[in-house]
Amino acid sequence: MSAHSATAHAHVDHARHELGFVRTYIFSTDHKMIARQFLFLGLFMMIIGGLLALIVRWQLAWPETAVPGLGGILKETGGILEPSTYNMAFTMHATIMIFFVIMPILAGAFGNFCIPLMIGARDMAFPFLNMLSFWVTGSAGIIMLSGFFVEGGHAAAGWTSYAPLSAVASYTGVNWGQNIWCISLFIMGVGSMMGSINYITTIINMRAPGMKLFRMPLVVWSLFITAILLLLALPVLTSGVAMLLFDRTLGTNWFKPAGGGEPLLWQHLFWYFGHPEVYILILPAMGIASEILPVFCRKPIFGYHAMAFSMIGIAFLSWIVYGHHMFVSGMSPALGMAFTVTTMIIAVPSAIKTFNWLGTMWGARMQFTVPMLNALAFVSMFVIGGLSGIFMASTPVDIYIQDTYFIVAHIHYVVFGGSIFGAFAAIYYWFPKMFGRMTNPFLGHLHFWGTFVFFNLTFFPMHIIGVGGQMRRIYNPTQYEFLVHQQGWNVFITYSALLLGVSQIPFVINFFWSLFAGKPAPLNPWNANTLEWTAPSPPPHLNWGPTLPTVYRGPYEYSSPESKEDFLPQNVPPVGAAGARRH
Amino acid sequence: MTTLTVEHPTDPRRTNGSLPPVPPEGGGGDGPDRDPAPRRPPLDNVRLAMLFLICAEVMFFGGLVSAFLVLRVTAAVWPPPLQPRLPVGVTAVNTLVLFASSVAMAAARQALRRDDARALVRRLGLAAGLGGAFLLVQGYEWVRLVSFGLTLSSDAYGTTFYSLIGAHAAHVLGALVWVAVVALLAARGRFTDGRTGPLRACAIYWHFVVALWPILFVAVYLI
Repeated sequence: MSAHSATAHAHVDHARHELGFVRTYIFSTDHKMIARQFLFLGLFMMIIGGLLALIVRWQLAWPETAVPGLGGILKETGGILEPSTYNMAFTMHATIMIFFVIMPILAGAFGNFCIPLMIGARDMAFPFLNMLSFWVTGSAGIIMLSGFFVEGGHAAAGWTSYAPLSAVASYTGVNWGQNIWCISLFIMGVGSMMGSINYITTIINMRAPGMKLFRMPLVVWSLFITAILLLLALPVLTSGVAMLLFDRTLGTNWFKPAGGGEPLLWQHLFWYFGHPEVYILILPAMGIASEILPVFCRKPIFGYHAMAFSMIGIAFLSWIVYGHHMFVSGMSPALGMAFTVTTMIIAVPSAIKTFNWLGTMWGARMQFTVPMLNALAFVSMFVIGGLSGIFMASTPVDIYIQDTYFIVAHIHYVVFGGSIFGAFAAIYYWFPKMFGRMTNPFLGHLHFWGTFVFFNLTFFPMHIIGVGGQMRRIYNPTQYEFLVHQQGWNVFITYSALLLGVSQIPFVINFFWSLFAGKPAPLNPWNANTLEWTAPSPPPHLNWGPTLPTVYRGPYEYSSPESKEDFLPQNVPPVGAAGARRH
Repeated sequence: MTTLTVEHPTDPRRTNGSLPPVPPEGGGGDGPDRDPAPRRPPLDNVRLAMLFLICAEVMFFGGLVSAFLVLRVTAAVWPPPLQPRLPVGVTAVNTLVLFASSVAMAAARQALRRDDARALVRRLGLAAGLGGAFLLVQGYEWVRLVSFGLTLSSDAYGTTFYSLIGAHAAHVLGALVWVAVVALLAARGRFTDGRTGPLRACAIYWHFVVALWPILFVAVYLI
């Protein structure tokens, strides 16, 4: 060891000891602590978003009956949801789940945790900016929650907040709630921009020696592409919500036809952001599945380059498909045709990924651990969600099922079945490295099977009632004669949703129990190849000791004939190579 | 453990400023290119981050400008008959003032390269002063337009004019504060040790804010 690295070692020890409580746990610039903060933010918001979903389901199954537990909050009605409260509940369920659960967990927590550790960097390129990014996003979350306590209630125009419904306060009866919605998303946009600039810079410039772009783990690839999409898509939403806020507070006329504005403009701005957004939500989960499947199949990923390039293809195509959200908004049929074709083309890279996951599993001796089960659930549920996506890409079909529960089923298969199962897989997989303790496999299995079964029982019947004509966002389906015969399904879905909620209890117990009393995690509990498993569990500040790992090969060398074991970590020098490692 | 140690120059890009990396000892790799030696990235962290910040800003203004164009193109008459015309002449001169501030900023970078601390502070001050003058003229024109009856809420014409030009003015103001802070730091002797990141980032952002203006000027004032 050279004198050079000896001083470096001293520096590492020094840095670890001098930070106080506040700098270590609250205003930390350490990417791993920021990752944990994002994870806790996302999980906390998930509880709120989930309870809002159950409130919506109660109203749909047993319309206009008192929701248990809401009697104390909705005192005037004794717990019965009024239409305005119902609108608020589904609007905020979607807003919270998308912007403050999935994005913080997948991009925030696992982006921060995985990128430096897996490319062999000591931290992000700009650690202070990283800290700022969490606190800006966190304040956006607090501001969003504050909207529940203002006069007139929270935003109630749907998570898409279509103008002019959202642009004029008297249309929904919501005044400050919608303003707070705009302000919070504006701030969230700034926080996310800080994060994505940091991710991209880190991945381009801070990789360990030997970590070529095409030796990066696929989860890092997916986060790289997600960060680029975030960087370019969110500013468009930011400009849109600024215009909406000005329309509501300063009397501008962007979306109000009376003053020369154009309501359809909002839909264009929103979906120009919104379609890359859905890939922002799913790409990290795709990367997580690509990471976990080879580890528990003990096989190399099938088609590494195809996986990376198909993600690039998805990212590119995601910019030119957004019009498929607007087939019935008034659009030239020729343009609609073009969007149909581009949307169907985007199924090709998605199918490449799916077949590569199947190819990875083909003939493998799979280990059905909890992260693996969640990753498998991701793959299978993503297929169902993806296939129903092809239905609605076709304009003639979409005109019929537009704004029905078929759409609700589709988005939940992609975003819950895809992103949330991906998030659970990632939590179970990286928990040992993140917190230094193993999770309990029994509780993990209980959580997985409960979630998987009741997820399908909740969301699959929504396809059926959607084709049967039940509209999305309606307050009371029993008011419509043609929907009354489907009410049994609504009751069934609500029972399943309640049980889906109950199924999360083992997860909460497992998470907190393992956090404090789990079995201490070894360095590499899953025998995986990537660099994060060469750092201690949990990794100290600056991640590695004096020497950064050197990378000699790609991340998926499982069952390689070059190695006696069935895995070959990225940092192990090849046998007989010149200058083999001497540390 | 060998005694053969080669002294490598510190590579500031992969260290987070915390810990210099130990260069690899050569060899390894799995292909014909068996050399994981340290790379020299073509753009350092600061330049790269500023490039991506500018990408995000371009998308933000892209949203605003495209929304403006939609309203502009669908309007039957533009500008509306009873509204005042925008002051093209004064603003064109003002554009030159803003360009001059960019030249001053470039000169400041030149001074930094020559380690001329006094010229650096002076030129940063000049850039900030010219930027401030641009904002003052803009503000004066706004006051006049408001007195003629063109406001944010009068119609789509007023809405788009004040939103777009105001968004740019807010960016100039933000950049101005940044330049002022950097100039203060430079006056106190920072940036002499080669750690010029904040200054270089500030200069890039200033050039961006200046370069953005002609696009808005053409879109809002001229067409």
